[in-house]
Amino acid sequence: MTREPEPPFAMLAELSHRCPLRCPYCSNPLALEPAAGELDTATWCRVFDEVAEAGALQVHLSGGEPCVRRDLEELVAHAARAGLYVNLITSAVTLDRARLERLRDAGLSHVQISFQGTEPAEADRIAGMPGAHARKLRAAREVVETGLALTVNAVIQRSTIERVDAFFDLALDLGAGRIEIANVQYYGWALANRAALMPTRDQLVRMDRRVKERLPSLKGRLVVDYVVPDYYAHRPKACMGGWGRRFLNVTPTGKVLPCHAAETIPGMVFETVFDRPLGAIWRDGAAFVRYRGTDWMPSPCRECDRKEADWGGCRCQALAITGDAGATDPVCDLSPLHHRMAEIAERDAAADPPLLYRDPTAKAPPAEAAPARAAHR
Amino acid sequence: MSSAPPRPAPVAETDRVRLAPGVVLRHDRTRDQWVLLGPERVLVLDETALEAVRACAAPGPGADGASVGEGIDRLAAAFDAPRDAIAGDVLELLDDLRNRGFLTR
Ligand code: SF4
Ligand code: SF4
Repeated sequence: MTREPEPPFAMLAELSHRCPLRCPYCSNPLALEPAAGELDTATWCRVFDEVAEAGALQVHLSGGEPCVRRDLEELVAHAARAGLYVNLITSAVTLDRARLERLRDAGLSHVQISFQGTEPAEADRIAGMPGAHARKLRAAREVVETGLALTVNAVIQRSTIERVDAFFDLALDLGAGRIEIANVQYYGWALANRAALMPTRDQLVRMDRRVKERLPSLKGRLVVDYVVPDYYAHRPKACMGGWGRRFLNVTPTGKVLPCHAAETIPGMVFETVFDRPLGAIWRDGAAFVRYRGTDWMPSPCRECDRKEADWGGCRCQALAITGDAGATDPVCDLSPLHHRMAEIAERDAAADPPLLYRDPTAKAPPAEAAPARAAHR
Repeated sequence: MSSAPPRPAPVAETDRVRLAPGVVLRHDRTRDQWVLLGPERVLVLDETALEAVRACAAPGPGADGASVGEGIDRLAAAFDAPRDAIAGDVLELLDDLRNRGFLTR
């Protein structure tokens, strides 16, 4: 029996997997979806109407790089007309003033720009593109000058984790209203690069202390989004606010997913936007029902009083670490496999392999990695 | 000697506040409620909070640079309530919304 779920809160629309950058921490799948298969303008517009009808309040336009879509202005205008709060999640290297003004006039509510570092050379090295940082700085200032709201997405991994103060200063200097301290999550390309990106426990403790010291003085000036990274935590996060409870993702070719890494889970069947209206897929689509609520839970989640707080954590992480997507998230120290998290973190933090840059021609995922998505996060 | 980092002064009646950039006030028709929306955030407003935001921080024309104190005057008149009884609550609410980044001065 299926209970009627709460309506969705937001949709992540991955407009394209194309991107001018090559970030090794990208959470796009190793096998990127081809440009030729991307949904056309009319289909995206229909999808926005359907998701608004289903009750969503926000749409995040993401990728890859959403600005590679020539119809971005049209898509923003349509989503705004559908009543959605429209957020653009971008690397910003191709954004200019004229386009920002057009996007603002089309009804864009907010722009989020990822920063791969605070030092130009280091940031450009991570982005895999010379000059990227300077372009981002210029675009970020233009966002604010255009009157749009700005979030700085501070990409935190081993080589940038010591610079969390500089990221705060950067956000204040740019006039951002919000900063996301975005500790890299290990999906897609990031999973393949985990041993090059994982910070040490000491680094993490120092960063955590610095963030907490800065928070009081930022009150009312800068909204700070910060969560302790998974690999060193004791309790999992409610991944995506709980499976099939708050969010849904649509990939560039139109697959409808409950979370950014859901495609890594074997045996899952995903509907596409051509199969049924989004509201119906949300309500009783097999992939959404699979881990929604608490009925699917194993021990120790089943008996736990936090089960409706964290919903058992992340299914894709459970799969990546335990081999079973239906297991308790091993981030939880009640999981019998919790010790593996620390073992992996310590092993990877001590390793120093070269970065594997995101490459659109890659076809077969390396052994341990599997496709996932939700870039910039 | 250690001193606490500077905190912003609380919202006062002489301040002028408005919705922060990127924050919108919207009616959510599916759930039939009023909300403030920001990036990846939603705040459900109860009736009191909605009226306070409308009177003191309403977007668009009509906001016309009225101060928080003038907003409280309007609320007292509209609800036929003693001004003193509502002023404290409204200031506290606006201060909370400001600290959480929904409003700005
Ligand atoms: S993380 Fe974002 S900017 Fe970097 S390669 Fe992936 S999609 Fe592009
Ligand atoms: S046992 Fe399950 S529900 Fe309880 S805290 Fe751990 S992950 Fe959450």
